[in-house]
Amino acid sequence: MIIKDKINKVITDMKPSGIRKFFDLVAQMPEAISLGVGEPDFVTPWHIRDAGIYSLEKGHTYYTSNSGLASLREEICNYLDRRFNLKYNYKNEVLVTVGGSEAIDLTIRALISNGDEVLIPQPSFVCYVPCVQMAGGVPVPIVTKEEDNFKLTPEALKKAITPKTKLLVLPYPNNPTGAIMTYDELKAIVDVLKDTDIFVMSDEIYAELTYGTKHRSIAEFPEMRDRTILVSGFSKAYAMTGWRLGYVCAHPDIIAPLTKIHQYAIMSSPTVSQYAALEAVKKGDNDIDAMVSEYNYRRKVIFEAFNQIGLECFEPLGAFYVFPSIKSTGMKSNDFCENLLKEQKVAVVPGDAFGESGEGYIRCSYAYSIEAINRALDRIDKFVSSHK
Amino acid sequence: MRNQILSLLEQNAELKHDQIAVMLDMSVSEVEKEIQAMTEEGILLKSKALINWEKTDREFVTAQIELKVTPQRGEGFDKVAERIYQYPEVKSVYLVSGGFDIAVTIEGKTMKEVALFVAEKLATMEYVNSTKTHFILKKYKQDGVIFSQQGKDERVVISL
Repeated sequence: MIIKDKINKVITDMKPSGIRKFFDLVAQMPEAISLGVGEPDFVTPWHIRDAGIYSLEKGHTYYTSNSGLASLREEICNYLDRRFNLKYNYKNEVLVTVGGSEAIDLTIRALISNGDEVLIPQPSFVCYVPCVQMAGGVPVPIVTKEEDNFKLTPEALKKAITPKTKLLVLPYPNNPTGAIMTYDELKAIVDVLKDTDIFVMSDEIYAELTYGTKHRSIAEFPEMRDRTILVSGFSKAYAMTGWRLGYVCAHPDIIAPLTKIHQYAIMSSPTVSQYAALEAVKKGDNDIDAMVSEYNYRRKVIFEAFNQIGLECFEPLGAFYVFPSIKSTGMKSNDFCENLLKEQKVAVVPGDAFGESGEGYIRCSYAYSIEAINRALDRIDKFVSSHK
Repeated sequence: MRNQILSLLEQNAELKHDQIAVMLDMSVSEVEKEIQAMTEEGILLKSKALINWEKTDREFVTAQIELKVTPQRGEGFDKVAERIYQYPEVKSVYLVSGGFDIAVTIEGKTMKEVALFVAEKLATMEYVNSTKTHFILKKYKQDGVIFSQQGKDERVVISL
């Protein structure tokens, strides 16, 4: 028997990340300076960690209800109302998940059946396409362009819609580009969607990390509220990536089937993480503000530096990434990253890891100390100069 | 704007002026003008390195001294404080509320040296009524910096 042949064909055919080779190369070079990390450099604020420890001391080591602690769901709703003016009922419109990732997977699995088309603006986070494929759906990328600041335009959306379109993924603030959508830009998208039956999965995991402008959600629009699935979590806002905790908010008729899958696949999200998250949503607003202020300083430094180096870069207003164009070097993204790693020992991520339309760009994270950022920028500058 | 410049420098005195300018949307010359002015006004005093001496072979002791002091008419505690802070052995002097009046930090080569300094110089000073000496045994955190914290980045080098 050949074991390989027995594996589910959908999984076998699923494209592994196109930059596997590059990852392997990075792994062999632990001394490299990295700007490749997609998580905060801050450790989880102490009062949140302490709440997790305290919950263990109290012996809260059992399952919680499938949808998560009622107190946590209630505080998530208070938080969303307080920070983003979004109203959800904690009793039947919130599900606590294992990271935003599980929320994405659940949403796609619950909504998508064979042949359903899912619109995915790209460049964007890597998991939407494989999740759609696993559900038997058809991923339909929508290319977003630098000249539009990598925003989803109503024209591009209109063009991509077919009678089979079931779901639009709205990945803003965006990883890897740092693009955001303003209220008016969302309004234009709503105008296209309002006469359709298309659902929206709004991945707002970076909602707290915007600069100079407050994040707006498509769920604010009354005509979209009941067919928007809001995905978010604690990882980025509170530097809690390792706790693996997220949530999804939507109409009760969407949360119910999501909870059904969650109940069979996961049972309930980690209890200790839920208690820590409860402290975070209740008392973490100041932590967010402090981290955002720090990210903003670094953002300005790295944005300015890339433009000076000659790698043109549009100003990102969200998340903690810059997405400079490397087209002026004449190199492909992957070659640029491999050469940069070999010659100057700096690791950044090739843009095409986030969809074909990311070719010609690199993603650099500024979730690093200003000293590390400066060191990396010096080396990138040397690299670019030596290839002129 | 001044407070923002100061907060940045308080965290990292080595931050270059052109980077402060970028961070605060100012021009370099504006930043330098403010820093110059704040130095002249005695707001910006000095930049120093924070050192974990325990990792070196330098031997010295630090003590915190609580002083009870009788305030002087018209001078309050200022006159006494002034006489104390002139000594180079004295590293800090604060007027505090609570069970005592003046908190002094002293450095010396040995415990005996510090104890003698307190006995001979501070305890005998006019208006000083009593002293209580606490030797510092271990520093865990100073000026917002945790001494045992390793700067190592535990994150995986690339994550998407």
